[in-house]
Amino acid sequence: MASPEIAVSVDQVVKRYGNVTALNGVSLDIRENEFFTLLGPSGCGKTTLLRAIAGFEDVTEGHIRLKGQDLVDQPPFKRPVNTVFQQYALFPHMSVTENVLFGLLRKSWSRQDAERRAQDVLELVQLSDFADRKPGQLSGGQQQRVALARALAPRPEVLLLDEPLSALDLKLRQAVRMELKAIQRETGIAFIFVTHDQEEALTMSDRIAVMSAGHVQQVGTPKEIYETPVNRFVADFIGETNLLDVQVLSVTGGLAQVLMPGNRNFKCPAAAVVNAGPGHLSVRPERISVCAEAAGDLSATVIDHTYLGTDIQLHVKLVDGEAMSVRLQNAETTLMPETGVVVGLSLEAGAARLLAD
Amino acid sequence: MAGKTDLRRFPGFLAVTTLCLFVLYAPLIVVAVYSFNASTSITNWGGMSLMWYVDVFTGPEAPKFQKAALNSMIIAVCASVIATIVATLAAVAMTRAGRLRGKIFSFALINLPLMVPEVVTAVASLVFFSAIGFTTGLTTILIAHTVFCIPFAYLPISARMQSIPDMYEQAAMDLYASPREAFRLVLLPLMTPGILSGFLLAFIISLDDFLITNFVKGAGVETLPTAIFGSVKQGIKPNIMAISTLMLVVSVAFVSLSWLVGRMGQDKKKNN
Ligand SMILES: Nc1ncnc2c1ncn2[C@@H]1O[C@H](COP(=O)(O)OP(=O)(O)OP(=O)(O)O)[C@@H](O)[C@H]1O
Ligand SMILES: [Mg+2]
Repeated sequence: MASPEIAVSVDQVVKRYGNVTALNGVSLDIRENEFFTLLGPSGCGKTTLLRAIAGFEDVTEGHIRLKGQDLVDQPPFKRPVNTVFQQYALFPHMSVTENVLFGLLRKSWSRQDAERRAQDVLELVQLSDFADRKPGQLSGGQQQRVALARALAPRPEVLLLDEPLSALDLKLRQAVRMELKAIQRETGIAFIFVTHDQEEALTMSDRIAVMSAGHVQQVGTPKEIYETPVNRFVADFIGETNLLDVQVLSVTGGLAQVLMPGNRNFKCPAAAVVNAGPGHLSVRPERISVCAEAAGDLSATVIDHTYLGTDIQLHVKLVDGEAMSVRLQNAETTLMPETGVVVGLSLEAGAARLLAD
Repeated sequence: MAGKTDLRRFPGFLAVTTLCLFVLYAPLIVVAVYSFNASTSITNWGGMSLMWYVDVFTGPEAPKFQKAALNSMIIAVCASVIATIVATLAAVAMTRAGRLRGKIFSFALINLPLMVPEVVTAVASLVFFSAIGFTTGLTTILIAHTVFCIPFAYLPISARMQSIPDMYEQAAMDLYASPREAFRLVLLPLMTPGILSGFLLAFIISLDDFLITNFVKGAGVETLPTAIFGSVKQGIKPNIMAISTLMLVVSVAFVSLSWLVGRMGQDKKKNN
């Protein structure tokens, strides 16, 4: 039985289209009042999972429960769940207000209550001045907010959002992120947000589920996902990372002793499933500092550097020929090593992480 | 522009085009012009006059034409309304039912009347009606017209339907609308331009039809085209030209309207 603070529980869900398996045994618990993100590359099954929760796709196997109640046999119009569609799907023949009223009137709200509620949500998304316009007379950002207002109006238990920001330009997208997060907090409704943009996921979410090929790879807070990825896929997909081939000498209590390229010993935290033998060390570029050659955990030759404004990216090559990148803060005190110089790289103790394949 | 052939380079293109246009439109122009002739001759110009239009409404043949026009109107309205309803339902079923079994077969079935020679349909209809012992008359005309109007109504409606993504109905159902409400409140309003366009097309096709009508109408029942034909058999008088011109104007008006309505829908869609 789901405990009361779980809003949606996805239980061993499998979805097949003919011989394509879009979801391959997905289990997730989405808590009440949380901003939950499904993150993964194109084709990993994010939309399919969202559509299964909304009721537009039947699941092949498994169960989806809303507050403990099985949804599987409920048609979409009986599920207390609303969706913000990627293309918004605003009804073009209705005004903004009529769009927002639509769900309320179908749920048999009185005209008076419905109109008051519509006014309130339009105020929430700052569109009160556009109430009488048709969707065709609004900008992309305004349409996105109408779609949000329309979905929020009937007070759903859960709001589903399928890449709602992808049709907006970069500047607007960044502004809307914070707004969306604020609205989620204000309404206290659980949001399930789909994106393939990891920056979007990291900045907005309470928790993230990283998906690939129909599987959930890891569920955790943005910090957990970024700093303690459970496998190579997650480390590689979230942010930038260096993956070094290393020899694992021993693993005890989550701490591993490894042999680095260049044969220096290094101690670091390891993901649960790692055994002795060949392994991968994930090191974030911004957690590396440059030092004297002998003092480093690795020695490397400087190849090049790229100026990025706030940071400077250093491209280096290890003794075994592997390329790595290092991010140095662009401060006056930062010493920039010359191209061709051999330097030491020192890794912050907790920053490197040993991963299984 | 590369890749585009300039048609004007083909030798004789202009001559052939001119000839086609001439053969198509010259008779129409002659009929329209001579309907204003002030003489009983259909070849000699006797000056400008509206006398044949007056004759159509008040002359000796006026009651016959009025009755025929009324029949035509009743049949065109009923047949095109029924055909439009059937075509709308067919278009929804064809585009929304997913992998409906026999979809290609149904599509062929709906559109076949466009390909079958009309005279074959006419003979078949007549044989069918007499086989089931149906007395020919207004009802048989109505049934036959309804059937051959369906594909004409279907074409613009299904074209419109195919351009409406199913996300609108999904959004409606997501917002607690039952499938029936989603159809009535969302899909139907979006389909309206196509439906109107299909209705007008069916209406004009029914109004103009001669061949099938002539086969299934039975004795004594006339529509405007069969009445005109009957009258012409006894010699062409300029009043026929006046009626023809009137029908031409009505036809052109309806076809233009149908096209405009279809266009309107498209423009609206572009804005979204
Ligand atoms: N109706 C369908 N029929 C067959 N295969 C489908 C269907 N819908 C989705 N798939 C397949 O299921 C897999 C998951 O698709 P889904 O749309 O869920 O991906 P996604 O994670 O949302 O990707 P994107 O980020 O590109 O939107 C894909 O391999 C896709 O080809
Ligand atoms: Mg998707």
